[in-house]
Amino acid sequence: MAEPSAKRRLEELGSEAEAAVVAAGAVSELEDVRVRYLGRRAELTATLRSIRDLPAEERGAVGKAANAVRMRLEEMIAARGAALEAAELEHRLEQDRLDVTLPGDPPFSTGHLHLVSAIRRELEDVFVGLGFAVLEGPEVEYEYYNFTALNHPPSHPARLPQDTFYLSDRVLLRTHTSPMQVRAMEAGEPPIYVVVPGRVYRPDTPDATHVPMFHQLEGLAIDEDITLADLRGVLLEFARAVFGASREVRLRPGYFPFTEPSVEVDVSCFVCDGTGAAGSERCPTCKGEAWIEILGAGMVDPNVLGYVADSGYDPERVQGFAFGMGIERIAMLKYGIPDLRMLWENDVRLLEQFGA
Amino acid sequence: MRVPVAWLRSYCDPGLSASQIADVLTMSGIKVERLHRVGVGDPAAFVVGRVLEAERHPNADRLSVCRVDDGGEQPRTIVCGAPNVAGGQMVAVARPGAVMPDGTHLGEPKLRGVRSSGMILAEDELGVGEDHTGILVLEDDGLAPGTPLAEALPIADEVIEIEITPNRPDAMGVYGVARDVHAVTGTPLVEDPTAPDPEPAGADRAEEHAHVEIADPEICLRFTARVFEDVKVGPSPAWLKQRLMAAGQRPISNVVDITNYVMLISAQPLHAFDLDQVRGSRIVVRRAHEGEALTTLDGVERRLSSEVALVCDAEGPSGIAGVMGGQVSEVSAKTTRVLMEAATWVGPNIMRTSRGLGLRTEASARFEKGLHPELAMAGQRLATRLMIDLCGARLVPGTLDAYPKPVGRRRVGLRLGRIGALVGEAVPEDEVHTVLERLGFEVAHGGTGQLEAVVPPSRDGDVQREADLIEEVARIHGLDRLPATLPARRRAVGRMGPAQRLRRRLEDALRDRGASEVVAYSFTSPSALERLGVDPAEALAIRNPLSEEGSVMRPLLLPGLLEALGHNAAHGRPGLALFESAHVYAAVTGDEEGDGSDPVRAAEEAPAGARPARESHHLAALLTEAVPPTWRAQARVADFYAAKGLVEALLVIAGIEWRIEPGARPFLHPGRAATVRGAADGRELGWIGELHPLVERAWEVPPAAAFELDADAIAELAPARGHDGYRDLTSFPAVVQDVAVVVDEDLSAARVEAAVRAGAGELLRSIRIFDLYRGEQLGAGRKSLALRLEFRAPDRTLTDAEVAERRSEIEGALAEIGGGLRA
Ligand SMILES: [Zn+2]
Repeated sequence: MAEPSAKRRLEELGSEAEAAVVAAGAVSELEDVRVRYLGRRAELTATLRSIRDLPAEERGAVGKAANAVRMRLEEMIAARGAALEAAELEHRLEQDRLDVTLPGDPPFSTGHLHLVSAIRRELEDVFVGLGFAVLEGPEVEYEYYNFTALNHPPSHPARLPQDTFYLSDRVLLRTHTSPMQVRAMEAGEPPIYVVVPGRVYRPDTPDATHVPMFHQLEGLAIDEDITLADLRGVLLEFARAVFGASREVRLRPGYFPFTEPSVEVDVSCFVCDGTGAAGSERCPTCKGEAWIEILGAGMVDPNVLGYVADSGYDPERVQGFAFGMGIERIAMLKYGIPDLRMLWENDVRLLEQFGA
Repeated sequence: MRVPVAWLRSYCDPGLSASQIADVLTMSGIKVERLHRVGVGDPAAFVVGRVLEAERHPNADRLSVCRVDDGGEQPRTIVCGAPNVAGGQMVAVARPGAVMPDGTHLGEPKLRGVRSSGMILAEDELGVGEDHTGILVLEDDGLAPGTPLAEALPIADEVIEIEITPNRPDAMGVYGVARDVHAVTGTPLVEDPTAPDPEPAGADRAEEHAHVEIADPEICLRFTARVFEDVKVGPSPAWLKQRLMAAGQRPISNVVDITNYVMLISAQPLHAFDLDQVRGSRIVVRRAHEGEALTTLDGVERRLSSEVALVCDAEGPSGIAGVMGGQVSEVSAKTTRVLMEAATWVGPNIMRTSRGLGLRTEASARFEKGLHPELAMAGQRLATRLMIDLCGARLVPGTLDAYPKPVGRRRVGLRLGRIGALVGEAVPEDEVHTVLERLGFEVAHGGTGQLEAVVPPSRDGDVQREADLIEEVARIHGLDRLPATLPARRRAVGRMGPAQRLRRRLEDALRDRGASEVVAYSFTSPSALERLGVDPAEALAIRNPLSEEGSVMRPLLLPGLLEALGHNAAHGRPGLALFESAHVYAAVTGDEEGDGSDPVRAAEEAPAGARPARESHHLAALLTEAVPPTWRAQARVADFYAAKGLVEALLVIAGIEWRIEPGARPFLHPGRAATVRGAADGRELGWIGELHPLVERAWEVPPAAAFELDADAIAELAPARGHDGYRDLTSFPAVVQDVAVVVDEDLSAARVEAAVRAGAGELLRSIRIFDLYRGEQLGAGRKSLALRLEFRAPDRTLTDAEVAERRSEIEGALAEIGGGLRA
């Protein structure tokens, strides 16, 4: 009577194992269950292995029953295993939760370019787009390039030590970027389209609107047929690029020794949109004028071209315009910097506001 | 300069508001600074009054109760607090309801029990002056009570304040300003008030009364003088005082006021002498003797240099030419004979004198711009009329006129086609004629498409060439009418140069690694350099610095960075990374052009492109913090390796080969300082190091590491981008080997690396030191460096045998320097 007892034993084994599977609370426990009931030394495994020892007529029934138990157990273990794994992953993910509001790593952003550098680059890029090359020049300069070749007569007051830093009788710190007009023309034939950014110096006692060192950007365009109207067009593009697409520019007569005609260039106020008004008050930026003086310019004086005639600048054959603007002035206007001296103080609380 | 609008309108009245006139001037070349409204609201409530009597207020010691005749049927009762009020005075009266200059409305208040029905005014209450010590007492020169005050005082006017550019001395006279208004608007301009010349009287000659002489024609182009007799000195009439005050001048006496008035109309300054006080009746113009002294009209004794031009009489100086008269021979109430001077001085000389003395006057401001000698006689003519009309004077026949080199009128040609070619828009020929004629030019045809213009004396300094005439036409035609066009740009291409692009890239790299850019002054102090151990004598010195603080040009960027660090550390931000990108300066060295005596290159007039000093663009950084503290890691202070890491990053970006070797600098920790060199030619590219402790102390900054690189030199070495072609680094795998090398402590990493490279041969692609270990197992004075080596062959996969062979070669090379591979 081996058959009934074997079958009964299999059933017992099956329900015992099923209970164990259900009771397993972790993947590792479930593995223990699997080894215990389905492993090589498990009773069920032994039973299956011993089937061939049974009489032939019993083999079929017992084998079938044993296989059924095994398959069922395997299915249950797989299902239970998947559920346990999912639960365990769920638990681990929950454990891994971070405070996503803590600072990132590294917890600081990048550094900053100085505001003046940032604006200088912006201007350079605008003029490169308009077809100008970018040149730089010496800051320690000859009086010849700074004044003489720019048509300043020997008695011109700007030459006095009250207005110019001197290193020797003939050598000074350039008072504007304009000497590069002459150097650029000496160095290459027309046509020439250049802008020259750089530091310039004047012995002004520092106050809110004066510092002894500041930055300018010079422009020079010489060709056979450059006109004052071209100057207006170029500066209009500049004004719109820097101050906004709806800006207009206005040319007024002015005076500079090295341009004739000379013009002062105003841009329509970008704060009040050229109305002069801020609500019922005067616009504080343009002081109600609707226009802001932004730079000086003009047609290059024939006398200046005369100094570089040997390099191909015959004033009867070529002509052109020049302009010069103060980069700090743009900084003050555009970003509301109240005091020029702050720019060279290099306080990081100011530096970190710009140029990221 | 202040231009009273009412005065301006008396010459040319275009029927525009003051602000419209200001716009006309601004757009035609005379820049308007401000438009003032001076004085009271509605002038009708202000009248001339006579104080009939003034009695002490019954309830207040300091107040007076006045009865004032203001032209009404009954006198008014006015309570007045001024100490100087007295019966009989002609005064300025505001009737109740008047709007004062400050906007308040005058009522009829009770003052200590007495109702005040109006107000007696002080200068400042009328907005015609600053005086508030007492009421304004008017000159009793025929004014009747009830006369509108506006006829006696400039109580309500508009004043256009203009800024005069050096080329427009003509605009320093109201008539010159009116001429621009005329040119733009076409409104008629009255005849030039300086044109008519009154007849003299008498049979004597000016030469019999006085003598003038220019001893130095270098300083005086012309000296004219007229003699007036029977001069009655007294106050000027109200209309003249009003104009002077509106223009910002204080009335003094009729004779002095005439000189100022003529100047304010014509821009030609004049000076009046009491001829009886002119010693020897002789005027000589000469230079001052060095150190000569003179007391000017303002009561200040001034020491003069030999450049100063003097007006002298027979016994000594009586005034500084073109700047200010002296107290000798000043016109006084007793004066009856006047010598009226109108001279032409040399602009640059007057400017130097005025600057040198720190004495800028109405006269010097005009002379320094350069006046034409013809204007002197224009001034004399107008002054003569006023001397006769206002002072009852007799003009003695003849003008004393020292005029060594008479100057004619300038003639300038203009090709009409050039106007359009230069400004971009053609101006019709008849408009060109009209504009120039309105500006006072005489215009004649000068052949086909050309004209010739005779320049008026008042514009002689500014208009000398064709381009100048074109400017005149363009500014009146209207610059703002020009179209906006763009140049054709033949052959010109806009771009930045390779050095500029590289510099931006390097600056960006520092910025993106957390450093912030500073901009510091290019000059520093000698003591700052001394605190760095740098000899200030080698720096370029400024002859006229604003202060010692900025007296030498910096030879390195470090001082500016230290100052910025000091500033921020003092303001609670010690943890920083700062950089600057700017020029440094040095004298040209011996082998360069230049003479030894001058720290900067000496040059002839045209330097032909030479540069007077050695300037290079540097890039420097100063760091106190390599990694800021975070919530899960400690801060890391910046040390040598932090600075070196940045330098290496920059050099990789530049694409150049370099080497770094020990290199001391006086301001760096001697054991933590290095020089950066180009690998190819050994050229010095800069330095890296930690600050010397003594420098930290001297500058009061926290410990910091720094570097400074020569961006120009790096740009020269940097290869053009895209220079190398493609290399195949993927077809065959690399073999990575880690080795630990044990060597003596003082053997540098560079030596170890060199030995490893020598042994590894060409198959070694890269080498990286990833650990440094010291420990007892190694023995005293030994260290272990861990290196990761990457081997690769371009054409095959390396075999284990090949790599093993390299490893044994490396072992051999290391043995030669006393090192070995650790198992
Ligand atoms: Zn505005």
